[in-house]
Amino acid sequence: MLLAVVLLLLVVGTVAFHFLSPWWFTPLASNWGTIDLTILITFWVTGVVFIAVNLFLIYCVLKFRNRTERADYEPENTKLEVGLTVITAIGVAAMLAPGLFVWGQFIDPPDEAWELEALGQQWRWMYRLPGEDGELGTTDPGFISADNPFGINPHDERGQDDLLVSSSEVHIPVDRPVTFLLRSKDVLHNFAVAQFRVKMDLVPGLVTYMWLTPTETGTYDILCEELCGVGHFAMRGRVVVDSQEDFDAWSAQQVTFAETQALPPPDPTIGQALYGTCMACHGVDGSGVEQLNAPKITGLDEAYIAHQLTNFKKGIRGANEEDKYGQTMAPMMALLPDDASIRHVSAYVAGLPDEQAATTIEGDAEMGKRYYVTCEQCHGDIGQGIPAMGAPRLSGQSDWYLVRQLFNFKHGIRGAHPDDLYGFQMGAMARIFRDQQSMFDVVAYINTMPSPAEGENQIASLELNQE
Amino acid sequence: MAYVPIADRGQEMSHPHSWVTKYVWSQDHKVIAIQYSITAIAVGVVAMVLSGLMRLQLGFPDTFSFIDPNQYYQFVTMHGMIMVIYLLTALFLGGFGNYLIPLMCGARDMVFPYMNMLSYWVYLLSVLILMASFFVPGGPTGAGWTLYPPQAIAQGTPGIGAGILLMLISLGVFIVAFTMGGLNYVTTVLQARTHGMTLMRMPLSVWGIFTATVLGLLAFPALLVSAIMMTLDNLIGTSFFMPAMVSMGELNEHEGGSPVLFQHLFWFFGHPEVYIVALPAFGIVSDLISTHARKNIFGYRMMVWAIVGIGALSFIVWAHHMYVSGMNPYFGFFFATTTLIIAVPTAIKVYNWVLTLWRGNLQLNVPMLFAIGFIFTFTHGGLTGLFLGNVVVDLPLSDTYFVVGHFHMVMGVSPVLVLFGAIYHWFPKITGKMFSETLGKWHFWLTLLGTYSIYLPMHYLGFLGVPRRYFAFDGTDFIPASAEAANVSITVAALIVAATQILFFINVIYSLFYGKKADPNPWGATTLEWQTPQNPPEHGNWGDELPRVYRWAYDYSVPGAKQDFIPQNVPPEAVEKAE
Amino acid sequence: METILLFIAAAIVTCLTYLWRNQITEKPWLTAGAIEDDASGVSDEIDPAARTGLMVFLAVVTSVFALFISAYFLRMELNDWRPLPEPGLLWVNTLLLFIGSFGMQAAWNAARREDKRGIQNGLLIAGAFTLAFIGGQLWAWQLLSDSGYFVYSNPANAFFFVFTGLHAIHLLGGLWVWLTTTHRLWSGAHLETVGLRVELCKTYWHYLLIVWLVLFALLLST
Repeated sequence: MLLAVVLLLLVVGTVAFHFLSPWWFTPLASNWGTIDLTILITFWVTGVVFIAVNLFLIYCVLKFRNRTERADYEPENTKLEVGLTVITAIGVAAMLAPGLFVWGQFIDPPDEAWELEALGQQWRWMYRLPGEDGELGTTDPGFISADNPFGINPHDERGQDDLLVSSSEVHIPVDRPVTFLLRSKDVLHNFAVAQFRVKMDLVPGLVTYMWLTPTETGTYDILCEELCGVGHFAMRGRVVVDSQEDFDAWSAQQVTFAETQALPPPDPTIGQALYGTCMACHGVDGSGVEQLNAPKITGLDEAYIAHQLTNFKKGIRGANEEDKYGQTMAPMMALLPDDASIRHVSAYVAGLPDEQAATTIEGDAEMGKRYYVTCEQCHGDIGQGIPAMGAPRLSGQSDWYLVRQLFNFKHGIRGAHPDDLYGFQMGAMARIFRDQQSMFDVVAYINTMPSPAEGENQIASLELNQE
Repeated sequence: MAYVPIADRGQEMSHPHSWVTKYVWSQDHKVIAIQYSITAIAVGVVAMVLSGLMRLQLGFPDTFSFIDPNQYYQFVTMHGMIMVIYLLTALFLGGFGNYLIPLMCGARDMVFPYMNMLSYWVYLLSVLILMASFFVPGGPTGAGWTLYPPQAIAQGTPGIGAGILLMLISLGVFIVAFTMGGLNYVTTVLQARTHGMTLMRMPLSVWGIFTATVLGLLAFPALLVSAIMMTLDNLIGTSFFMPAMVSMGELNEHEGGSPVLFQHLFWFFGHPEVYIVALPAFGIVSDLISTHARKNIFGYRMMVWAIVGIGALSFIVWAHHMYVSGMNPYFGFFFATTTLIIAVPTAIKVYNWVLTLWRGNLQLNVPMLFAIGFIFTFTHGGLTGLFLGNVVVDLPLSDTYFVVGHFHMVMGVSPVLVLFGAIYHWFPKITGKMFSETLGKWHFWLTLLGTYSIYLPMHYLGFLGVPRRYFAFDGTDFIPASAEAANVSITVAALIVAATQILFFINVIYSLFYGKKADPNPWGATTLEWQTPQNPPEHGNWGDELPRVYRWAYDYSVPGAKQDFIPQNVPPEAVEKAE
Repeated sequence: METILLFIAAAIVTCLTYLWRNQITEKPWLTAGAIEDDASGVSDEIDPAARTGLMVFLAVVTSVFALFISAYFLRMELNDWRPLPEPGLLWVNTLLLFIGSFGMQAAWNAARREDKRGIQNGLLIAGAFTLAFIGGQLWAWQLLSDSGYFVYSNPANAFFFVFTGLHAIHLLGGLWVWLTTTHRLWSGAHLETVGLRVELCKTYWHYLLIVWLVLFALLLST
């Protein structure tokens, strides 16, 4: 009896849960309503079977439990079995046919679709749009470098006018079919937007594709849905579906590959002159002044410095009201009027001689070492920083500053701005620090790391050993 | 018939004399079965604890400082791999296969007892190697149980040093152990059945285990092959699977390898693996249902054909795990079709279980509760499989919580319910003691309701598009705050289910020492293992003479007979007539 | 994946044929009663369990090789594949293995005649030439490495080393059984018990010869 009642409750509960729970399809924003329809057909077929089988099961439990008479002796009933097989086959066909039909549409992009490349790497997205020629240039992993992060073939004419979007956000126009060409720099990833319904893996060595027509304007999250390492859950992007005019305005702001290649090299001498303003707080030698809350800025790679300066300039960093010291820095950026000046001063600072900052933080380095397992994936095992990951050097930097930034990342004071390229990742990782003490611990561990100079020797000797 | 029972061919059985040869270096299939089972359950408990830790992080993010993303992915990986291979495969085949095949076929032991013993010790070695990876620098691998390259051996994934290597070695060792056991199971079924035990008189348990073993013998090589190739890529620098790529800003030294090739090989093993676990469960649950419904299994022939048919079909559906992997998209048509075709024999099995209950005389004792619970959860899990198998429906759902919900219902909860049912069912035979009904019922109810409340909501999170294998979900716009509430309730349910399993251990241990002495055939079952001269059966199983089989395994409630069951070894003339 | 699918199809057909022969369509509930033993007349000379066990094992090994060959074909289609020149030495090795297999056959023929001397000769030939074959394969590895075809430099090379290595490992396993058999024979074991082992060895050697011929043909033709 109890069993029958509970089973009945489970069936009723399942159906009720289906209708009452707040969780259902995320509202559709593409042409793939046919996928939703196929799911609904599947729901009806399987739902009927689920209810029918279980109701019959419940009936049997109620009717035939602990009987006084004997069970029937019926080894088989061919008619019944064949009948059930046929009905099942019909149900299966009813689900399969529409499924295959829609799949046929999915794998065959329409001729009028335009192409857009989404490039994945651990753990962020970048995008490439065809330029005026409407074609994307060829690529190869061998071409990838700091100056050519997309690995575009520099000798391919078609690639010169490609528009490069280094942000994790991309725009597409509404109501125009688009084929996403998916390419990965490193491991497998997966390009998925819940509102679009379709998704596809990125496979290094291949270019995969999927197509859709966005039907609703809006901003949608892009998620990586193929486990791609420790930062998998932090690999997010955004796709903005725009009206055609908004899209045209946006794409006009993007730089072409040729433009990125034509930039003149930065001049540290001009940078030295510009550095005059910075000196007041960060010191003549860039070693920082704790009393002024100005961190040491030497020992960092040029791209990282330029990136942070740009963030300050654009209000991506230092705009949060709780970021007191960031707010001090942001207005200073008025003295660096353009991208060129930022690049000059970054080149100068990156070239300054580097000294280990003084230790001011005390913590349990042993505990910190355990936390650092997560950090080392991007920042390197001796805190040397990995420019390709957007991860700065940690060893030998101002420890009080590291603690403050960890705090800011954890609490969304830094890195929460949607345009902060690596900020979301760092914010997601900083959550492993539950309290102030854990931040002290990890920084104490970082303090035990070899100073930048020693670190370089250590890396060099490691590489020697490997060879 | 094509068998020559070994014991009747003048071979001596060497009976062990010392405690060590009896219980440690034992060649008795029953002792080996228990060794396999205890090891598998022990390592399964480890995997369950890992899942609890994962759920703590998901239900209460930012609360437990001992779970960081590295560890989270290591837990995900180890939980999956242990549960699928080292628990389910080992327990169904090494445990129940070992115990039941000789007893149900009427053999004195496996045909190669020494190799059988070796199989267990090699299995134990593989488990130890796997456990060792928790203690090496960098910890175990965190590549997900599918171990996809390049991430499995590339920067950015936990445990790319010793962890992944130990995992691959452990899998290789496991496959050796499995092959040694599997050769035994198959050969024993083929060659050591007793007089009169034709194939179609075998209980479905034997059919399920036998077919699953054949699948395993043919499919595990795919895992071995991919493990060998990945090890070479990792250690020597070959490029079977590893493409040229820029990892952490550095161009690697591989060229042209194909990650999709690995996926084909992996799932060529991985899909049959689902049925390596499911078919024994199908077989065993058929016997539980028939025995406790006091009715023959409905459509025995169809059940046998379905087992064989599912086994054969399981080799041509593998790429339904790869619809969004970037493989040739035209494969989708073929694999969606084969996948949905396999639903037909599977559905027939479900119908026949329910039709066995129909007009039966159901004894709702603990094994039967688990069996009926299995019908419910398996129906649910099987039907959601139709979503994922239908290629285009898989697009929005793949890699979401729908998948997690589906495979845990069909491959986690369902086989585990059968395992518990089977343990309760054969407990009186294995130990000679009865277990506590009350504890068993509590165990059943909490497990069934608990697991359902874990996995039902997950399907709906999947419809939302909540991705699986995420350490934390914040920062998305489309996941509503209510999903967090779902995660909390799922975690609470998971912890309750985990705690419930303590009841099982209490029951087993208590009953082992203080349980009532069991009747040799407490359920009134027809199959041979209940007809042994001693309870529990001794080494050699059958005393002086092998049993002789006169009928199929399902003569329950035969009209005209006095008792409502006729054991397989009762000749027609000896059946007592009803008055 | 055609190769492995072909093999699986063959395996399935074999299984179904076996089941069909064993009345998988009969209605067992209608046939209660004793069944005549030995209806199909299985020969009692050889232990059928060991023979069946070996056949099942060979099916497993075939699966391993079929999967490697499948992977070989799939990998070959990618554009970085550069075939390697097979050393002519492999022809000599093939001959050596052929003689080894012949030796096993001779031993088995002698075993059927209960000719101990003959078994000993056959086993010695088999063992010596198989060892020579493995040595020859190692030499072929050396030749390739010397001319710059390292295992890691191209997938074609990697497959060559894996195929030959895996095949040699299986032969080594066989040689272990050969060793214990030879030891027993010399220490005066019963010819009957040795006979079974010789038969199993013979089957295994023939099987591995066929595998090698298939692999060699595959390497030559691609």
